[in-house]
Formats: sequence, structure tokens, C-alpha cells
Amino acid sequence: MPIDPKQKTKVYWKKNLQTLVVLLLIWFLVSFGCGILWVEELNSIQLGGFKLGFWFAQQGSIYVFVLLIFAYVYWMNRLDRKFDVDEE
Amino acid sequence: MEILTWTYILVGLTFALYIGIAIWSRAGSTKEFYVAGGGVSPLANGMATAADWMSAASFISMAGLIAFAGYDGSVYLMGWTGGYVLLALLLAPYLRKFGKFTVPDFVGDRYYSNTARVVAVICALFISFVYVAGQMRGVGIVFSRYLEVPIEWGVVIGMIIVFFYAVLGGMKGITYTQVAQYCVLIFAYMVPAIFISMQLTGNPIPQLGFGGEVEAGVSLLDKLDGVLDDSGFAAYTDGRKSMTDMFMITLALMVGTAGLPHVIVRFFTVPRVKDARLSAGYALVFIAILYTTAPAVAAFGIYNAINSTSEKPVSELPTWVQTWQKTNLIQVDDKNGDGIVQYLPDPSQNELQIDKDIMVLASPEIAELPNWVVGLVAAGAMAAALSTAAGLLLVISTSVSRDLFKTFRPEITEKKELMIARIAAAGAVILAGYFGVNPPGFVAQVVAFAFGLAAASFFPVILLGIFSSRINKEGAISGMLVGLVFTLGYITYFKFISPELNTAEYWWFGVSPEGIGSIGMILNFIVCVVVSRFTPAPPASIQEMIEEIRIPRGAGKAIDH
Repeated sequence: MPIDPKQKTKVYWKKNLQTLVVLLLIWFLVSFGCGILWVEELNSIQLGGFKLGFWFAQQGSIYVFVLLIFAYVYWMNRLDRKFDVDEE
Repeated sequence: MEILTWTYILVGLTFALYIGIAIWSRAGSTKEFYVAGGGVSPLANGMATAADWMSAASFISMAGLIAFAGYDGSVYLMGWTGGYVLLALLLAPYLRKFGKFTVPDFVGDRYYSNTARVVAVICALFISFVYVAGQMRGVGIVFSRYLEVPIEWGVVIGMIIVFFYAVLGGMKGITYTQVAQYCVLIFAYMVPAIFISMQLTGNPIPQLGFGGEVEAGVSLLDKLDGVLDDSGFAAYTDGRKSMTDMFMITLALMVGTAGLPHVIVRFFTVPRVKDARLSAGYALVFIAILYTTAPAVAAFGIYNAINSTSEKPVSELPTWVQTWQKTNLIQVDDKNGDGIVQYLPDPSQNELQIDKDIMVLASPEIAELPNWVVGLVAAGAMAAALSTAAGLLLVISTSVSRDLFKTFRPEITEKKELMIARIAAAGAVILAGYFGVNPPGFVAQVVAFAFGLAAASFFPVILLGIFSSRINKEGAISGMLVGLVFTLGYITYFKFISPELNTAEYWWFGVSPEGIGSIGMILNFIVCVVVSRFTPAPPASIQEMIEEIRIPRGAGKAIDH
């Protein structure tokens, strides 16, 4: 069944937004969440020589940021191909 | 060989390299001048972005800033990296698909209004000038410290170098020099960090040594908390700022990063939308290498500084303390005359003054590394300062030649436009140099606020311009103006008009001027949406353009118009 191209674009955009929401939620949780809002609670947990909340604020959040962008690249490339909107 | 000889050799070699690259990559067209022809590989662009991003302040001062702020210093670490996630996910791919050359280009086209374009140009010029004046001063300080010339001479040498590759090469020259500058600066930052980490904790990876042990069973951070606590300071891993303020400053820095024109424009230089996404990932990897090392260098530095001086006899201080005392970056004053150094929070009793810059500058000596490492750190600091200054100067010259000149005189030829861009770049170098030599008193304070202004002006209108087709020109213009005026007003009030009131008691909602960009951004969003609701929707052609930029296919062609 041929799909209406307008409809296809709409679905593609919706999927894109879903991906963004998931990734940005993680972005928020590791930095503002673990690094700031819950830092005191997490600091009672020890990770090697670090207090966990402190580690998230000065190390962990940055590692997760990097992973988030690469996850985004991977998912979007797959999505682009699936909806046939990728670049030649 | 002497330290100064090594410094001259290494700095001279790296400068020759930058100028060589500049000559090799001269720009022949406006497209090459503005966006390096749009053909930079994502990896090279990632490196260039990282060099562009990391300034002399990141290289020299950030570790020291964190060393004295402890946990509170996390706002810089999260703020200046987390913004890249926003940039990669929300802005870069769509702006690349849009396919023109500048941020005001996007604002002017998307909001079908030259008024919006001019407001955007004013914001871009203002942010970039504030930022670049601080950089030129940084260049001068770095030069004068290492080459032992007066600051003014340092600024002039810096101007000549930047002039060479920014004016000649435009974005193309800048991009490839920045790739070289990144390699120099990261190598220079990592070598001392690795050796100090090994010396203190036995672990060569600073990020792990940061959590390592300094004595059997005692971790570095616990020891540091204990030492600071004994002298009456707050523990290193505890915060002093309120949670609200931490939150707002981090948010303002993140969003500001994503809204800085000299960062955004870098993503116009890659060939495809998927390259823009990937390039943001590479950029963050290259930035993260330094940004995850900096807090480790901070903890090592403050631990070393206290451990080798506090409660020690004045006559038995290590040689690096004596060397750096000459520069006043570390000062020992035995006030109570007991022959022992006391490091205390009370300024009237404290006998040890440590400047934040010493954490990086003295690191080769603290680690007892050979003299060439000191020269290397000098070359790295200069690479960091020059690369950032060049990126900013390009934004300024592009704003003048393309966003102002070309918009109102569309008939000028490409050759003429290129010439105007070069003249504007030259003018910007000279003006920035002037501010470097005669720094207006406010520069140092204001650089951090460039982020607040970028957050409050650009980010909301670009984001809404992509993700909402209902936002119109009335909304965007009033949003930008409200965000900018509010943020600027709040900062000016607390920093310049009534600095004595600049305490948590008087701040609105407990938000410091550093974090107020977050509130400005929220106001911008609200005004943008509300005003758009009560004014006519954008024309159909704009709706089509928005549909178009949301889809990657066709980006290669988009640039050729």
C-alpha cells in the first residue's frame, strides 16, 4: 500500500521527537538530577574513592553526555534510512 | 636548556605551523570564507569546534577555579559540556539543513523579517565582542608570562598571528589551524596531568587517579576534605552555593553554549546533516578529554599546594613555591611570626595566598618534569587563546559583511563581499586588540555573562523556529528583545549599579547574575509563544521551509543558493 508522503513525514517527525524526549530526559537526570538535585542522597554512596553525587557532577554526567550524542547519531541514522529521508 | 629557550622554540614552531596552514588554506570564495566551503569532515570539524570552544580561560584558569570552588565548580563542568547535547539534538542538524552561513541568516529567513535579522546581528555582535575582548587580554597575559614581554606586546603579537589566518583564510584557514591547535593544547594539558596523577596516586589516568588513594586506605578526596576541614574550610566535595543557584547557573551555561554564534556556525561547515550530528559527538569527545581531566588537575593541585606548604616551616618550602612566589601567583606571609605557614579561611590570619592560575601553570614544576614541558604548556595556552579569538573574529566579520552589508546591498559581487568580509575581519582584530591593551574594567566580569545573553536571546527563537511552525516574526522579535533586555538589566544592576547588593538576600528567587540567563530564556519562550498566538501565523512559504529543514535529504544542495 503506497503511503502518503505528507503522512510519512509526520510519522518521521513524531519518531524523531520521541527519540529526543528519551535522550533529553536522561540528559536532565544525570546532570540536574544526580549532579545537583539528589547530590546529597547520592553522596552517601561510595564509588571507589568518589562520593557518587560528586562523581556525577564532575565526571559521570560528562561521560553520559558523550554517549547520548552517539546514541542519537545511531538512532537517527537508522530512522532516516527507514523513512527513506537519508542523504545520498 | 633553559625554560625560556624551550618556550621560544616550541611557541615559534607552533606559530610557524599555524601560518603555514593559513597560507595553504586561503579562502577563494565567500563560501570558503564563511563556512570553509561546507566540505570539512566531521572529525576535523569536531576537533576545530573543541579548539574554538576551549579558551585560554578553560586551559589556564578553569582547573584553579574548580580547585577553590570544590563541588560548586561542577557548574562549569556540566554547563560547558551539557550544552553540546542540546546543540547536537535540537539545533545543529536542522541549521545545517537550512544551509546558509550565519545565525542571523536563519533568524532573518525563518522569521521573514529584516528587523529580526538586525536584532539577531546586534545580539551576535554584542556577545562576540564581549567574549573576544576577554580572549585578547588572555592572549596578552599568556604571551607576557611566558615570553617575558610586556602585555601590550603580547597582544600585538597575538593580533598579527590571528590577523594572518583569520583575514587570509576565513573559516577555511581557521578550521584547519584549529585542528592543529587542538592537538597542541590537549597534548600540553595531558602530559603534566598524567605525571602528577602518577606521582600522587600511582594511576597514570587522571580521571581515575582523581578517585585514587594518596595513602593506604585513604582516598585523595577524603584526605582533601579532611585537610580543608581541619583548617576550617568547607569540605571539597560539599557545595556552598544554594541548590537553586547551582541549577540556574548550570542551565544558563548549557543553554548559552548551545546559543553561542561562534559555536553554532561551526556546524555549517560539514557536508551533510548526518555529519553535523556526528561532528557534535566528536566535538564533545575532544572537549570531554580536557573537561574530565580539569577537575582531577584541580584536586591534585590544591592538595599539592596545601600539603607542601600548610603547617610547614617557611624556610623549608619546596622550590616550585619559591619560583612562583616571584610572580606573586603564590604568596607566603608569616603574619604571626612563628616560622610556620598557616592556611586559614580568615583573611587577617591566612598566611598563604594561591592564585587559581597556578594549578596549571606550575604543574610541570610540581611534577618535577623537564623544562621542555613548561614550554609545551606555554604553546598549549597560546593555542587555546588564539583558536577561540579567531573563531569569534570570524563571526564578527561575517555579521558585518553578510548579515548587514549583503542584506541591504544585495547587488554587490561575490568578490566585493569577500573583500568586505576581510576588511571587517581586519577591523575586528584591531578593535579586539585595542580592548586587549586597554581592557575596559568590565571585561573580566562580563565574559561569563556572554552565556547568559546567548541563552536569553538566541536559543529560544532558534529552537521554536525549528520545532514550532506557529511562531511568527512578532513573537520572535519581542522574545529576543525581552530576554536580552531583562538579562542585561539584571546583570548591569547587580554588577555595576549596586554591586553592594549582589548577595543572595537581594537576588530574585535566589538566582545570581551568573544564572539569570535561565530566567531570561524562560521569559523569552513565554513572550515568543504568547505574542505569536495573538498575531497572524507565518506565511505558507515559511511553513514549507520548516517542513523542509526537518528532513535531512537534500542538504548538499541546500547550501548552493
